[in-house]
Amino acid sequence: MKNLIEVKDIRKNYGKKEAVKGISFNVKENEILGLLGPNGSGKTTTIGMLLGLLKPTSGQILINNLKLEDHRIEILEMINFISPYIELPKKLTVKQNLYVYSKLYKVQNIEERIEYLSEKLRIGELLDNITGELSSGQKNRVSLAKALINEPRVLLLDEPTASLDPEVGDFVRTFLEEYKREKKISILLASHNMSEVTRLCKSVLMMKNGKIIDQGKPDDLIAKHGRTNLEEVFLKLSRSKSELN
Amino acid sequence: MSLTRIYGLFLRHFYLITRSFPRILDLVYWPTIQITLWGFISNFFATHTTYYNNAVGVILTCAILYDFLFRTSIGFNMLFLEEIWSRNFTNLFIAPMKIGEILTSLVITALIRSLIGLVPAILLTSPLFGISILDLGVFLFLLFLSLYIFGITLGILVSSGLLRFGPSFENIAWSTMFLLAPFGCIYYPIETLPEIFQKIAYVLPLVYIFEEARNILINQTVDIKNIYNAFIWNVFYFTLSITLFYYSFNAAKNKGTLINMGE
Repeated sequence: MKNLIEVKDIRKNYGKKEAVKGISFNVKENEILGLLGPNGSGKTTTIGMLLGLLKPTSGQILINNLKLEDHRIEILEMINFISPYIELPKKLTVKQNLYVYSKLYKVQNIEERIEYLSEKLRIGELLDNITGELSSGQKNRVSLAKALINEPRVLLLDEPTASLDPEVGDFVRTFLEEYKREKKISILLASHNMSEVTRLCKSVLMMKNGKIIDQGKPDDLIAKHGRTNLEEVFLKLSRSKSELN
Repeated sequence: MSLTRIYGLFLRHFYLITRSFPRILDLVYWPTIQITLWGFISNFFATHTTYYNNAVGVILTCAILYDFLFRTSIGFNMLFLEEIWSRNFTNLFIAPMKIGEILTSLVITALIRSLIGLVPAILLTSPLFGISILDLGVFLFLLFLSLYIFGITLGILVSSGLLRFGPSFENIAWSTMFLLAPFGCIYYPIETLPEIFQKIAYVLPLVYIFEEARNILINQTVDIKNIYNAFIWNVFYFTLSITLFYYSFNAAKNKGTLINMGE
């Protein structure tokens, strides 16, 4: 399988503070890679660099073999992002929001695409509703529809199921699994929900203080650290004084 | 440049305006109040001063011109702030839009917003005060164009500050126009200003625009040099603002402002 995301020794400094200290990783086609780490470990900074919102101090990012610094627009056309910390314009209807983003991503057959996503994400009945008046679960599915409007080859997810009830959370996870399998996209998932990561991710990266301190398949990490689940591994690594394990 | 993307971003604000009657009312309300207020003041001055006695509509015309400038500048800033307030900023900057496309779309939208407020105000001046801003003739278009460019320029400068420093720059967005108003010589000739302020005023396009509006209305003559000077300074400031916007965008990418905007 081909690497859709290639991160080569990227660093990000804010003045003297080193937020990301030279990390490298790849995400293959049809793969979900989990990005784990305590708050302040550098996950958001890493995602910001992948989205072109942050310029790495050094290192290189390639998406589908294209250098991000040289092909920003082409790359942004093939990726998308969802996070509970960003929202769609609240005063617009769901359909208006999806229509606007279809235009921004130059989607062909807009009506068909909206209809397809509405059906898949069960938001058909919400299309004429005001986005700001939706419940958290509904907003989440609408944001996911926006994130998929351009049929991205790479999807970056920052806590995609945070603040969702278990039923909606499970719906979103199931949807992501099926969508990834069907479209063979690459997903980078930053999450604090360890059961979600265990279920969705083939492999995970553990970050701490701007570095990757461990990586591997969830089951392998659990076995390596002599724990019973990924949450215990996370706690062990987060609390350890040593940065590398 | 992609017209589809420019249209897409325009639609985002068009939907916002057309969905909300209070928003449309707000766009029309303040220019109308401004024009009505200045209409009565100018009527009073016209009958009690010698300077204005041969041009009843001078103050009112200048008020309309200034309001157009104010609405254009604030309108542009509002479009930018709207993205921050709605926490949509990140979505916008991860969309495959070139900076030029974002600016073009906002510039067009700001013009439409300004016209929504301005046209009813202009229409009111005739029945209420017997004055028509159209008396400025074809030069009215050039004056409006000059004001529009300067309003947009100020909007881009403030948006550059928002990009660079984040939402904390918001208060500056509201105060820019008030800071420049005294130097613009909107309601009085430049000679009214102290000499040091005159020097500042002469490097702004505003003074040439308002001097020329008064010149046309009071002296019934046209001084092309004023219009020319206004355009030259406009080109200078507009180029500066675009350069600064690109600089701020790159600085924001280094500093991380784009990713935290709205939080």
